[in-house]
Amino acid sequence: MSNSLTADAPVPFGRRLRRLMSDRPLIPLILLLVLLVVVLQILRPGIVNERWIANTIKFAIPLAILAGCQTMAMLTGGIDLSVSTSATMAAFIMATQVVNHDPSVAIAIALVPPVLIGLANGIGIGVFRVHPLIMTLGTSLIGSGFLQVYQRTVIATGTSVPPGLAWLGTGLTYGVPNALLLFVPVAGFILFLLNRTGFGRLLYAVGDNERAARLAGVAYWQVITALYVLSGLLSGIAGLLYVGLIKAPSLSLADPLMLPSVAAAVIGGTSIFGGRGGYTGTIVGALILTVLTTLLTILQMPEGARRILFGLIVLLVTAAYLRIIEDR
Amino acid sequence: MTRFLRRRGWVAGLFVLLALLFVATKIIQPGYGAGDFASLSRAVLPYAFAVAAQTVVVIAGGIDLSVAAMMALTSVTAAAMMNGASPEFALFVVPFVLLLGFVLGAINGILIIVTRVPDIVVTLATLFILQGAALLVLNAPGGSAAEWLKAMVVGTVPLPLLPEAVTAWFPKALLLLVVCLGIVWIPLKRSKLGLSLYAIGSSELAAFRSGVPVARTRILAYAFSGLFGAMGGLALTMSTGIGAPIPGPYLLASVAAVVLGGVTLGGGRGGLVGPIVAVFVLRLVRTDLTLMALDPNVTTIIEGVIMVVVVMLGAFLAMKGRRS
Repeated sequence: MSNSLTADAPVPFGRRLRRLMSDRPLIPLILLLVLLVVVLQILRPGIVNERWIANTIKFAIPLAILAGCQTMAMLTGGIDLSVSTSATMAAFIMATQVVNHDPSVAIAIALVPPVLIGLANGIGIGVFRVHPLIMTLGTSLIGSGFLQVYQRTVIATGTSVPPGLAWLGTGLTYGVPNALLLFVPVAGFILFLLNRTGFGRLLYAVGDNERAARLAGVAYWQVITALYVLSGLLSGIAGLLYVGLIKAPSLSLADPLMLPSVAAAVIGGTSIFGGRGGYTGTIVGALILTVLTTLLTILQMPEGARRILFGLIVLLVTAAYLRIIEDR
Repeated sequence: MTRFLRRRGWVAGLFVLLALLFVATKIIQPGYGAGDFASLSRAVLPYAFAVAAQTVVVIAGGIDLSVAAMMALTSVTAAAMMNGASPEFALFVVPFVLLLGFVLGAINGILIIVTRVPDIVVTLATLFILQGAALLVLNAPGGSAAEWLKAMVVGTVPLPLLPEAVTAWFPKALLLLVVCLGIVWIPLKRSKLGLSLYAIGSSELAAFRSGVPVARTRILAYAFSGLFGAMGGLALTMSTGIGAPIPGPYLLASVAAVVLGGVTLGGGRGGLVGPIVAVFVLRLVRTDLTLMALDPNVTTIIEGVIMVVVVMLGAFLAMKGRRS
């Protein structure tokens, strides 16, 4: 960074703030999170306690995993609108298969469709070069169609959530959510993948300048296919965790997480145009959105207004990040 | 020769495909007649408007993801306003909703120009916003439509001097579609604005350098998209009699029909006739699948697969086109 510039002349506050935002996006994000918690505490004194914090983390974790899929897709300049469908499929299929099978078998069966959806996405986007948005929207439509047909075949079976998943989703050990047992390895894996491996570097390279990456010998379609398959698998895992938390499998289980997963990644500083961002910001973004949702519920804001707010957040934050990049 | 095939042959080929599909339908269901054609036209109506909305923007080199949400919002607005109101009041509702669509579309365009955020992100954000607004207007499907509006899409056009057997093949819904699209599209395409739309679609820089007001043209493209979206919303309210705040699968359908209709994603090429015929093709495929007594959910899957494959082929062709 240009330290000499800051030493030479006093930089206007706005510019300094922008530079801070672009260099250390975590600091303003954490400040925002703290601010939201303070507002919440003022509106409902006493609400912020140990139980509330554990609850918030529990609800933020499935969102953070889905937003991780979104982050990785966005790093390549894409987006994955099929994450909620993948999650729902995994959850619903697991809940119906577990009636007749062992939980581990049911989970293995349940994770197949999300991976297939991811594979279809990867081939469509990587080989046929369909826009990620259109492709993932299409596969999610097909996926929910399949799920509806599937539901007919198992209508007599009934559903159940295995106690292990319920323990993972809702349980607390010494006040710490058990879901962290799953989330810490997953988050560590994503962070390691993005920051320490060649694959992560390829994701950034493809998103930053696809043409340059291709000319440098990156097998574009392989990177994209691997990415969307991974995204499908992680969405499935998030779905299993979410059904353990909600305990009511349905065909629209994870739909409410779709918009927030995009918003969490965008708030976390991942550029929707690719090449910029990371997972740490996304995790904080997911926490911010969970707290914000609590706040909106307390203010009794209707679902419609919530969606409008999320839309505005995506638009404003993207525009703001665009300005920051242009500034440099 | 190839050029001719690309320009006119595509639409002609679509007409042939549509004719073949009608023949296939007749074979599957020998009783397929005028009544079924009328219900096909009614089913096509909202899809056709969604496709028209997408076409205008795609020709201008953009994409509009908020089409379905726009239809949902205008539909619930119309249904909520007409709920319990007199039939005369509906005369005021229709132009108001159309204006609403036009203005909201223009806001889409203005946001793209002002924020300089790519159209795909801006319209994704407005998709969320419009969906939210639709939920605020009506929380659950409800409202109502004026009787004369509902009557506009039911039945056939009474043509004088023609026997009943012939008029039966002219459903009102089809006439409404042709009139609404023609009234907007034909003057638009022949005007300077229409030329500008194609110009900024094929090369924004070249258009800018030849003095085309790029920003204004882009805003107007989205405004007309909003107008067609509002027509689609009204069509939904007219044919169902209520307004539903959750948008149907019109976004994917609109993109698929645009691609199938010979409008290249990327802009500057194609017309409105191709996409509209493509909508009929896609809907008729669905009718055939239903007539073959398939589970409606399976039909949805097959339809989705067809749309995705069409979009994939379109993207593949566009890529090939860029390379050569």
